[in-house]
Amino acid sequence: MKRQNHYPGESPWKGWLYLLPAFSIYLVFTFLPILETIRNSFYDWDGISLNRQWIGFENYVHLFQDQQFLNALLHNLVFIIFYSLIPIFLGLFLASLLSREPIRGFNFFRTVLFLPQVLSMVVVGVIWRWVFNPSFGPLNMLLRSIGLGTAARAWLGDFTWALPAVGSIGSWVQYGFCLILFLSGMQHIPEEYYEASSLDGAGAISQFWHITLPGLRSEISVALISTFVAALRVFDLVFTTTRGGPGDSTMVTGFLIYRSAFLQHQMGYASAIATVLMIIILSASVIIRHYQRSGEE
Amino acid sequence: MHWKKLLPRYLILILFSLVVVLPLSGMLLSAFKSETEVNASPFALPEQITLENFSQAWSVGHFNIFFKNSVIVTTVVVTVSVFLSVLAGYAIGQLPLPGRKWIYPLLLLGYMVPFEAVIIPLYNLMDVLGLRDTYWALILPQVGLSVSFGTLWMTAFFENAPSELVDAAAMDGCSRWQTLWQVLWPLAQPAVTTLTVLFFMWTWNEFLLALVMVQNESMRTLPVGLSFFLGRYSANIPLLAAASIIVALPTVLIYIIFQRFFIRGMLGGAVKG
Repeated sequence: MKRQNHYPGESPWKGWLYLLPAFSIYLVFTFLPILETIRNSFYDWDGISLNRQWIGFENYVHLFQDQQFLNALLHNLVFIIFYSLIPIFLGLFLASLLSREPIRGFNFFRTVLFLPQVLSMVVVGVIWRWVFNPSFGPLNMLLRSIGLGTAARAWLGDFTWALPAVGSIGSWVQYGFCLILFLSGMQHIPEEYYEASSLDGAGAISQFWHITLPGLRSEISVALISTFVAALRVFDLVFTTTRGGPGDSTMVTGFLIYRSAFLQHQMGYASAIATVLMIIILSASVIIRHYQRSGEE
Repeated sequence: MHWKKLLPRYLILILFSLVVVLPLSGMLLSAFKSETEVNASPFALPEQITLENFSQAWSVGHFNIFFKNSVIVTTVVVTVSVFLSVLAGYAIGQLPLPGRKWIYPLLLLGYMVPFEAVIIPLYNLMDVLGLRDTYWALILPQVGLSVSFGTLWMTAFFENAPSELVDAAAMDGCSRWQTLWQVLWPLAQPAVTTLTVLFFMWTWNEFLLALVMVQNESMRTLPVGLSFFLGRYSANIPLLAAASIIVALPTVLIYIIFQRFFIRGMLGGAVKG
């Protein structure tokens, strides 16, 4: 913010001329809808009739007594294990094994490991529905061929296994991203830190705790934010693989918003769910960013 | 390095790359096989390569129409969003701008909020305007969501642009507009390319908005088209595989060509999508 000195004769509002097109589209199609979602959450409204009824916090009271919503929220938390914790721990573990020296041919592995990130989640869902298919899916075929036929099951149709099955698709998408992120971060940790601590007699594990982990603070927070958000807002993947089923065993808040609003025409109730989801995502992002900054000082 | 140190590293990389590659390659191979062949041995090479699945998905499954819709929506969204983001980032990073302080957090909010949180009012808005089942309903909200990230991204570039060049341009009598396009634009190419490929990927893969806004089959984009296709042919793996490849191929190609930019953008904390 150094060079805002005006040119001679220039209007002090000149910046707004350049900002306005983007800003007005943003206001109309993102910012005002955020406010509108919050406002709708205080109404009873089917989305069709002209008169909506103000009911205060009733949607929220109802929400926190609604077993379906609480279950969906719980499933989002389970997804955090699969989308965030497993990929981040795995990524840290593998990155520390791979170490800091450059590896020949690494670009090829990087391209492959990152690939799931660029695929449409619908495509990912189609692929994994095939892998998990009870009769001709490769997973069950593999289990049968190694004599574990009793473990073969309809993974996505099983009340116990559907949630971890969908969750593990999330791990599959995220772990390469986390690994690459941490490896690129480790390139920026000065080699002298490791040399000095080796001289002090520190082992690999102690080096990991005292040098690698603090050195990756900002990469870890980027990984946490993006995987947390992905786990909390998951929709495409659930829509494609299970539609929340069997029963409600893979129901998540994103899908509940869609179903309440567009299939059951409870716009007010769906808006309350959306508001809660938005607050959770925003506070998670703010807390993680804060933790990142406090570490930099 | 000694091979004894190198070997375990390669084994780790190969193992975890295989976990990514195996499901993808199984699907890729399936697209060129017949249904019976796929179900018998999913990872075998096709005995006889057939393109029947692609032509069936393309014409019978209407993926030709979905492809056209995706291309139109993505082209407009990416072009408009990049252009507006450059202008807005230039304004915040370089120009006199009263109220700058509260613009930044406002945009940050839009960057962090997912479509799920705004989809209901957007649907109602498009309904009232009579724009459901049109390209507008897919383009305008996507631009709105993209420019918040794009503006922050370009602001970071313009804030750190070399001031000597900007000052020299001013001395030479360049207007703000000329300075942007003649002096700064060439320098902005890496940042703009990264932004372009990220916008491309987000728009091409966008699902919820297209699912909600479009009822008319002829207006569906590729991901939504694939999702309905899946409902109809859920057991026909070769056909689904071919359809999936049609959906995924453009993003995979662009990713491979521009991967340096892609990875930099996503590692830089771009979490939208």
